[in-house]
Amino acid sequence: MTPFTGKNEALENKMIGDDIVFKIDGVDVRGRIGQTIMEAADDAGIHIPRLCDVEGLDPQGSCRVCTVKINGRTAASCTQPVADGINVENRTPEIQEYRRDLVRMLFHEGNHLCPACEASGRCELQALGTDFGILQPDKYPYLQPSRPVDASHHDVMLDTNRCIRCGRCIRASAHVDHKNVFGYVGRGINKQVGVNGTDLAHTNAAVTDKAMEIGICPVGCIIQKRVGFFAPIGARRFDKEPITGKK
Amino acid sequence: METEALVRQACKKFENDKGRMMDVLWELQNTLGCIDDHSMEIVARELKTSRVAVEGVVTFYSFFSREQKGKIILRVCDDIIDRHAGSEKIASAFSEELGVPIGGTSSDKTFSLEYTPCIGMSDQAPSALINGVPITNLTPESARDTAKELIKGVCPSSLVKKTGDGNNSHELIKSMVNNNIQKRGEVLLSTDVSKSAGLDAALKLSSPDVIKEIIDSGLRGRGGAGFPTGEKFRLARNTNSDKRYVICNADEGEPGTFKDRVLLTERADLLFDGMTIAAHAIGSNAGIVYLRGEYAYLLPYLESVLAERRSAGLLGKSIRRKKDFDFDIRIQLGAGAYICGEESALISSLEGLRGEPKNRPPFPVEKGYMGKPTVVNNVETFCCVARIMENGAAWFSAIGTKASKGTKLLSICGDCTKPGVYEVPYGLTVSELLVMVGAHDTTIVQVGGAGGVMVGKSSFGRKICVSDLATGGAIMVFGANRNVLGIVDYFLEFFSEESCGYCTPCRVGVIFLRERIKKVMQGLADKADLGYLRDLSKTIKMTSRCGLGSSAPNCVINSIDEFPLVYSSHMREKSDGFAAGFDIQKALDESRRIAKRTSMIYDPVYGEERGLGE
Repeated sequence: MTPFTGKNEALENKMIGDDIVFKIDGVDVRGRIGQTIMEAADDAGIHIPRLCDVEGLDPQGSCRVCTVKINGRTAASCTQPVADGINVENRTPEIQEYRRDLVRMLFHEGNHLCPACEASGRCELQALGTDFGILQPDKYPYLQPSRPVDASHHDVMLDTNRCIRCGRCIRASAHVDHKNVFGYVGRGINKQVGVNGTDLAHTNAAVTDKAMEIGICPVGCIIQKRVGFFAPIGARRFDKEPITGKK
Repeated sequence: METEALVRQACKKFENDKGRMMDVLWELQNTLGCIDDHSMEIVARELKTSRVAVEGVVTFYSFFSREQKGKIILRVCDDIIDRHAGSEKIASAFSEELGVPIGGTSSDKTFSLEYTPCIGMSDQAPSALINGVPITNLTPESARDTAKELIKGVCPSSLVKKTGDGNNSHELIKSMVNNNIQKRGEVLLSTDVSKSAGLDAALKLSSPDVIKEIIDSGLRGRGGAGFPTGEKFRLARNTNSDKRYVICNADEGEPGTFKDRVLLTERADLLFDGMTIAAHAIGSNAGIVYLRGEYAYLLPYLESVLAERRSAGLLGKSIRRKKDFDFDIRIQLGAGAYICGEESALISSLEGLRGEPKNRPPFPVEKGYMGKPTVVNNVETFCCVARIMENGAAWFSAIGTKASKGTKLLSICGDCTKPGVYEVPYGLTVSELLVMVGAHDTTIVQVGGAGGVMVGKSSFGRKICVSDLATGGAIMVFGANRNVLGIVDYFLEFFSEESCGYCTPCRVGVIFLRERIKKVMQGLADKADLGYLRDLSKTIKMTSRCGLGSSAPNCVINSIDEFPLVYSSHMREKSDGFAAGFDIQKALDESRRIAKRTSMIYDPVYGEERGLGE
């Protein structure tokens, strides 16, 4: 019997690292076998919005904000491998509407009171909301969680009412810090980021962990103590540059 | 024995292998009645993982609990069919008689009473599991009698007074469950089915020739997705690896389905034969059956069938004296998570992880269980494989339609006179089906379970087959007296409870769908809400990570399309020009209550009339 792998034949004859060509919104993009669509788009300077994905960590594919259409079928671009000749839709009105809905869902799922949040101005959810023109998230009902804030740790506090379940802290702690300070617990709407102990103080978490680094938590859930509001309005990350990367 | 020693013993029983986390946790749940923080810490230490990882698994599965459960746990099936059959009254009867609130545990920790999603007994609803023992065809009276017996100290297995038909009376099952086989087809339920004819025929052929036979038969997976089975075998075989796995998905959790229950009871040999054939075809030496926790009552029997096959040389080393063919099967018990019926979530669960789907690609045939090529098929598919090898591809492909070969088992329940399992050739129309099951005055036929297709009267000419109404076999019949919106609401409740929570649209979006359906049911919706429901449904469908999320909105879209009058009868036009959804009196209620005063503007005597402020 002849070997059959079910993969793209063109892909089969190429090795990891070989160049391939595909299209994003009609523009030719070069990629390498083994890359994801998002990686290839980043290399080509094409922005695909994202929340659960961040450079330096394995992609997870959970927020779905990076959804694109590939040859007419939707998939998360952060986990979908590139393939020769595929046609990717990124900034079409249909896809943007899905993304806008997803960003809204995350706003409504948690308590996001931007003016009172320490992460305001460097919050990726807020920046994406701005980019999508969501000035007042009022499409869906508010779920208004009221989970207790975990301020037990000397240097870090957690307000999981702002958590968007992106799992960036979980992956940073597991794969970079090799500590497993965080992990998912619960299921469905009750799925949350839990800590490896009764509270954060009863874990081996340290403020120097990659997981606690500013920019790992995309929102204001993980907050470093005593450095609040470190950047004045006008000098915050997204005051200087929009999240899409272009001025 | 103190807890520490018990937990360590449980871990040791499974060789401190964190891949066997599910077994360890089952052991603890059964012996200790809960898996508390202290136990989780010991498990983490023994299995060399983190406490939060153990907590993640414990809190994922509904049959595991951190809080102490009663020695006797009553789980009343909360399926829509059971609800229609009166499950609420059953639960109330248990609750009153035992003095335990629904969802609670008695103070002496003797009884716990809770609702659970479909337990696979919808053909004999209402039903309940009492410490895993199925008690079927309950009435409020029989529920009270049962409760009285339990209070007297009767053990749950002694509640079975009369055993069911066929193997349900086997000494290792002794269950009151009935098979309810209504129609026997020639492939699976015909009376003359051999224990090993399929395997014997397969072993006369080379592996590629077995795969060719399965491909030629046209067999497609019976789980609903309809992937060609032979093709799946071929893909797994052709992925380079030192090890390959054969996994049977016996986690039928789709509300209203129970046909795998009947196959597991009556055709266990055929299933194991099919799995062994698959092992020969792909070159595997290890198989696993993932049995849903609700079917734990079948476990001792299934283990005995495996043992018999081992001693008959049909499993184990050098099967049928073929020196190079070793294959054995173990059974993994699930713990109450519908999502584990999704093949990659099932694999996660088997690996001792939270039962969350994995990213695809890679697909299980390339990188499945433990990262090795894996074939996952459901019970019915493996049974078909064995029959195809016994009788040949031509025999099988002569049955059914051009694109859908063979027969299909259907679990049919609800408003019909003959609920049960039907083995029919593909191509049956919904109308023919309704006549067959004795259904009259039918409004909805739900094909394919909660995420399936809601078929209304105008579409009763549609056919059950892969190219039209593809289904894993769950069919629910609803009569004219049933509330369409109530059914939609039930499905959404089911999906929101069973969502793994991994991706945003399924975790959050389904909650919002249900909120809006509730608004329609309360008569507070207007036409704009239909647009909202459609848009939201589309976003969830298009962006969800797995089939659970993408099929959850089907009931919303289907019902709006099929039953527009039901929706419009709930919509009201308001003469004052305000949006119907806004009820100002209701909106002000809470603040009035807090402020303990009436509204000067809207109704000066409002407070007095409604007794506010008292």
